[in-house]
Amino acid sequence: MSLFWIPVLLLLGCLVPLVAQRLGRNICTGMTMLAPAVALAKIVSLAPQVLAGKTVTEYFQWMPSAGLTLSLRVDGLALLFALLILGIGLLIIFYARYYLSANEAVGRFYAYLILFMTAMLSIVLANNLLQLWMAWEITSISSFLLISFWSFKSESRKGARMALTITGAGGLALLAGMLLIGDIVGSYDLSKVLSSGDTIRDHALYPVVLTLVLLGAFTKSAQFPFHFWLPHAMAAPTPVSAYLHSATMVKAGIFLLALLYPVLAGTELWFFVVSMTGLMTFLIGAYIALFKHDLKGLLAYSTISHLGLITLLLGMNTQLSAIAALFHIMNHAVFKASLFMAAGIIDHEAGTRDMRKLSGLWQFMPHTATLAMVSAASMAGIPLFNGFLSKEMFFAETLEQVTLGSLSWMIPVLATVGGVLSVAYSLRFIHDVFFNKEPDDLPKTPHEPPRYMKVPVELLVVLCLMVGMFPDFMVGDILAISSTSLLPNQPLPDYSLSIWHGLNLPLLMSVVAILGGLLVYAYRQRLYRFQSQFSETDAKLVFERGIQGVVAQASRLNNWLSNGSLQRYVGVLLLLVIVVTAIPLMQLNSAAGRVPHQSVNGIEITLAVLLCISAVVTAVLHKRRMVALITVSVVGLVVSVAFARFAAPDLALTQLAVEIVTVILLMLALFFLPQKTPAESSPVRIVRDLAIAALLGGIVATINYAMITRPLDSISDFFLANSKTGGGGTNVVNVILVDFRGFDTLGEITVLGIAALGIFKLLTRIRLAMPSANDKGIAWSEDAHPPVLVMISQSLLPLALLVSAFIFIRGHNLPGGGFIAGLVTSVALIQQYIAHGVDWIKPRIKVNYQNLIAWGVLMAVLTGIGSWVFDRPFLTSWFDYFDIPWIGEIELASAMIFDLGVYLTVVGATLLILANLGKLTTEHRPTVRDE
Amino acid sequence: MELLYSLCVGVMTFSGVFLCLRGRTFPVVVGLIMLGYAVNLFLFSSGRLSLTGAAILKKAENYPDPLPQALVLTAIVIGFAMIAFIVILSMRARADLGNDYVDGKEPPGTPRGGDVHRSKSK
Repeated sequence: MSLFWIPVLLLLGCLVPLVAQRLGRNICTGMTMLAPAVALAKIVSLAPQVLAGKTVTEYFQWMPSAGLTLSLRVDGLALLFALLILGIGLLIIFYARYYLSANEAVGRFYAYLILFMTAMLSIVLANNLLQLWMAWEITSISSFLLISFWSFKSESRKGARMALTITGAGGLALLAGMLLIGDIVGSYDLSKVLSSGDTIRDHALYPVVLTLVLLGAFTKSAQFPFHFWLPHAMAAPTPVSAYLHSATMVKAGIFLLALLYPVLAGTELWFFVVSMTGLMTFLIGAYIALFKHDLKGLLAYSTISHLGLITLLLGMNTQLSAIAALFHIMNHAVFKASLFMAAGIIDHEAGTRDMRKLSGLWQFMPHTATLAMVSAASMAGIPLFNGFLSKEMFFAETLEQVTLGSLSWMIPVLATVGGVLSVAYSLRFIHDVFFNKEPDDLPKTPHEPPRYMKVPVELLVVLCLMVGMFPDFMVGDILAISSTSLLPNQPLPDYSLSIWHGLNLPLLMSVVAILGGLLVYAYRQRLYRFQSQFSETDAKLVFERGIQGVVAQASRLNNWLSNGSLQRYVGVLLLLVIVVTAIPLMQLNSAAGRVPHQSVNGIEITLAVLLCISAVVTAVLHKRRMVALITVSVVGLVVSVAFARFAAPDLALTQLAVEIVTVILLMLALFFLPQKTPAESSPVRIVRDLAIAALLGGIVATINYAMITRPLDSISDFFLANSKTGGGGTNVVNVILVDFRGFDTLGEITVLGIAALGIFKLLTRIRLAMPSANDKGIAWSEDAHPPVLVMISQSLLPLALLVSAFIFIRGHNLPGGGFIAGLVTSVALIQQYIAHGVDWIKPRIKVNYQNLIAWGVLMAVLTGIGSWVFDRPFLTSWFDYFDIPWIGEIELASAMIFDLGVYLTVVGATLLILANLGKLTTEHRPTVRDE
Repeated sequence: MELLYSLCVGVMTFSGVFLCLRGRTFPVVVGLIMLGYAVNLFLFSSGRLSLTGAAILKKAENYPDPLPQALVLTAIVIGFAMIAFIVILSMRARADLGNDYVDGKEPPGTPRGGDVHRSKSK
């Protein structure tokens, strides 16, 4: 079985509970546990190889062209984490069966949980930095879903949002860090990255990389000052807290630190930043935990504190401290998961988690109490329990520190202070809840939970004891092999996993911690009174206020930028264009290039003057809209003459036809729009707009002049050389359209079709009043269809259609083609509409223009696909010459079918637009049912 | 010739930009048409101005650059589609909103909520 089955199977496992939830909770739970159980079996089956020192790696070429490879690896570190994630995950699923009540969405809950498990497992198994980051982000998102599972509670939503914001922001920093690492190493492959430690540490960007990666790790692992999201994530159902805050989520940050330990650690910067952050978090978490009245709140801050402890261990510059960190990761996962579960049981059976209300539960639930006591003793670091061993190692390592120079003695002292606080809050957890006094104010009478709800806790507690008493037997191998991941290419230092190391300083520190803890707890009331003098700030409120502030600022900026005025947007854009274009133009010494100028004759000057006058008149008289329409069409006509003059017959024909269609369109539109624009622009605005327009006009003219007076280096020689031999046509423009750049044309006719359909949609059910007179009050002529026009246009129709057919057929070799032929046909048909009116046309032309567009595009696509049949690339054209009696030699080319598609689309689109617009003036207005 | 050509393109740009900066739909449409002409001529001239010949093989001695011609040809057609869309959009806007303003201000006498943009952002 390939390693890749692990994430794939788990992903599929997300769907299982959704399907199985209707089969009842027991079956649903059982089936949900299947996928993680199989994954766990696979991991366990790999364990012997890994324990023997082998790293199992698998590659899967995903997108080799983009250099993207999926790969998974299992080394000691990954094995350790995978076992924790899957093992504790299975227990959590089992526990949640009893925790969630029957009317809750168990299927959804399990689906989120498995998704989260998949993501977490993908982090630890990833052998590629980007892949790791992707999984990292999925843990942020799926933990958001889990924390906000009770989304009807405001605090759940806020807590989830806070967790997502903080860890998500950290994730972005991490991505930046990973990209930098990838850039420095030249690969995202973890095997390569891990062997390039020196390259990275010696690189100038190392501090930046370290900061970014640490930001990612610290936000995820709730390190000071990013710790505040974790307590608010306690709004989640307790199984989620037990999972997220023991073996997963927050451990992802620790995992990252451990994973990149061989690459990033070993510098002064690392030791200082990581150890100081860890120490701060360790102390602050432990201190606040003491004052939390909520059971889960206490556990949340103790989690922060223990994460700080692990971070501190990873930040110390001894090899043994790294091993101690790994050992504590294991121990903390085990005892913290069981404590959270115990807290969940207490909450479930006593109805509250408030330690001011809870007391004396021992008499009601001695079994649960015993379990909780063992775990709490482990958390406090009492001998014979697993927490003691790693804490002892921790104390021993703090004594070795030299990071702070002559102040280094502070580290063991502060560590002992943290130890005192841990003992105190662990004591409080047990004593306040189970002893203290008779319970009086409980919402319900407590009792032992269902038998099987305790099973996961029991298993974990047994582990606490076993590891605590027989450490070497239980975890010696895996600890050794996972330590080699952190300390590669060197023999592991000597260490001994045993309870008794003789009378030494660490033992003394433990004793001080225990006695101090007892003392602190005994005088806790005084401490509470002292603490109550501080005004407590709710991180949630501060955070929400910050978020609201950002949102308010953003919407203010948005409203300021986007006030709905097109003039403003266009103005800003154009000013930007002026800035961007003017600067390089100023650096150009002379506008005129070396190419000799061509001579000008009188006609050309006359036409140019006509064009300029019309353009200026359009701008000046734009308020009289009809006049503006006439002058702008004059400009269009001169433009088409210009195309003809400058050796572009195809363009001239196209421009001419489009010009006609545009003018008809605008006249129809003007019928419904106001005939005049009232004078409303202020003089300032007019001057400003004139200035912008003149500047841009000047710039464009200069660029154009500079461009056409410089020599041309064109790729067109290729088209000219291959047009006949490759495309079978002598009209190079047409061959480019239907052959060389056929794919572009296909896209363009698709756009044309979409625009026409969009227009059709806009016109359906439009409610516009029809004016009965023009703006001067003169009524429209009664004679809508003068006989002369009717006669002439009807007799012109066959001729026009013949011309368009001629233009179409010769288009491949002489000026013409599908676009022009389509436009000519459209003009001919529109003329019929104008002359005869819609009522006359409707029974005579029964073509559905929408279908015409569809057929046109389809035909073009099929022509393209047709070349696949002959094993050629899309849109490869074919042509041959045939000798037909009487007519002579003719050429047939597949490009002609493509051109026919273009023709049909153009006709369909143009007529769909204009005919429907025209129909607005009649009773055949477009509706959804019509056509 | 080159100077004259560039001058014409510049004047058309001037007129088009000025019209695009007006506050009503119709002048903006006319402005866009004008700008379209200018842009097409500009693109077309990137193949340089050729006074003789045509891009037809064997029919002429010198061929003008066919590539800008092909690009401009489709640009003309697409430009038409775009203009048509904007024209109809402005008609629809007039029908649904009761005015043809594009400057974001509510003209006096318009019922509240007539401006779709504003009412959405609330």
